[in-house]
Amino acid sequence: MNQNRNFEPQRFISPVVKNLKPSGIRRFFDLVANTKGVISLGVGEPDFVTPWHIREACVQALERGYTMYTSNLGLPELRKAIAKYLEERFGLSYHPDKQILVTIGASEAVDLALRTVINPGDEVLIPEPCYVSYKPITLLCGGVPVEVPTTQAHNFQPTPQEIEKRISPKTKLLILCYPNNPTGAVLDQETMMAIARVVEKHNLLVLADEIYAELRYDGPPVSFASLPGMQERTILVSGFSKAFAMTGWRIGYVAAHPELLAAMVKIHQYTILCAPIMSQMAALEALQQGLKDVAYMVEQYDQRRRLVVSRLREIGLDCFEPKGAFYVFPSIAITGLSSEEFAERLLKEEKVAVVPGNAFGPSGEGFIRCSYATSLQELMEALNRIERFVARHLRLAKAVAHG
Amino acid sequence: MRKNILKLLEGNSKLSPKEIALMLGLPPDEVAREIAEMEKEKVILRYTTLINWEKVGEEEVAALIDVKVTPQRDVGFDEVAARIYQYPEVKSVFLMSGSYDLSVLVQGKSLKEVASFVAQKLATIEHVQSTVTHFILKKYKQDGVIFEEEITERRQVVQP
Repeated sequence: MNQNRNFEPQRFISPVVKNLKPSGIRRFFDLVANTKGVISLGVGEPDFVTPWHIREACVQALERGYTMYTSNLGLPELRKAIAKYLEERFGLSYHPDKQILVTIGASEAVDLALRTVINPGDEVLIPEPCYVSYKPITLLCGGVPVEVPTTQAHNFQPTPQEIEKRISPKTKLLILCYPNNPTGAVLDQETMMAIARVVEKHNLLVLADEIYAELRYDGPPVSFASLPGMQERTILVSGFSKAFAMTGWRIGYVAAHPELLAAMVKIHQYTILCAPIMSQMAALEALQQGLKDVAYMVEQYDQRRRLVVSRLREIGLDCFEPKGAFYVFPSIAITGLSSEEFAERLLKEEKVAVVPGNAFGPSGEGFIRCSYATSLQELMEALNRIERFVARHLRLAKAVAHG
Repeated sequence: MRKNILKLLEGNSKLSPKEIALMLGLPPDEVAREIAEMEKEKVILRYTTLINWEKVGEEEVAALIDVKVTPQRDVGFDEVAARIYQYPEVKSVFLMSGSYDLSVLVQGKSLKEVASFVAQKLATIEHVQSTVTHFILKKYKQDGVIFEEEITERRQVVQP
């Protein structure tokens, strides 16, 4: 023991990691986990269990002894199926042996992409509010995250002006995650075209995290890579988690220019080797037989989405109409509470968990994220509770104003 | 529109016209009107509840009975089926392809009650040639609902 007296673990932790802020959601998670009888609208994954035939495909693969490594890139059949899917669904053509890599969820793909292209000092444009990983991974690569605020006035789409304003000689990459977590925003055609022009003009690369692509309620899914001239500049990241309700399988993929992909494979082969074969077998079944399940789930989400948006508006919250993913992002400005106050009090007073909008970036302040990946019954009960809560706080706010 | 309304009601007959309207993005009065019309046209026959009677301690005995019938001139099986489905003990009657003709679901309070119904009422109907009775031992799934499914929230309560 004595020998270890001067051991100071903190001294060994790299300053970059030490300075990473813990996720804003973590603290709130503990609060929710310690409260009984909570209805959670804070969950970022489907409430459906993976369709049975997909689970069965994995069971069969195990029974037949598929327990080994696959090639670094992933099973050739799966890569072929992904290429076919991208072609049929998005009109994108990728070579299954040179342009597609199967990863441990879209998360690994995002990490790989950033590690492959970011040099220390490179600037990365990140429209916010957005998913919580982009900024920390950029920092881990020594990059400089440059946030691009989005607003409800522009349907939470980054405007080409706001993007261009922040471009410097050091800017290398623009991250686009649409349909968006946490806002449910999608990019309309016009905005996409305008952003593509900015990207071209400044010779940038795009990381398109399109994990929610299938969950569109305003028409068929669209990929940023399908815009003229954008395929070679886009690192397309997607996966099976959200569309096929396969979060726990940790299976995703990245499609990119062959030279960029080859560079990503270098990191992947040393750090991961390959995605688990049983998950790959399940993913293959998902692409071959699972698109009808996706259509069914999208229909269910859409019905809940309409219900939630209308109810929130009735309750008096200004609510932007989300056209993708499974989140609504209502403004809570009317209550006079901050995002965190609202979320904490709603949890304490009515036992409903939502995520404070500022957890996803400074522009999320004044909003909350509610996931409607929850059964209809629970959703309706949660909305009744939110209604009670908002009515009470509006009365309080009024009394304060008059008092 | 009708099909979408019906699909929702089939899953949960407690949904109000307003809720259905919101979910489908339709005007509420139009949905209410459409439902009323479907009730009148007997498209919607009844709003039912699926109950697990075992949980309230009710002992129910049910049997599926294969019935072989001599078909009747001009009316085929319909007349015999009609004589069977009039009995309140009979919960459902289907005309089947294959080695027998009618599949009859009979429900009663006890094994004896069901057995005597079959022997005394069903088997004695004119043109019924034979019956084979299969008692139902356990219900796993009915009308798309799994009876003993454990639905617990297994997801993390808050995630990014």
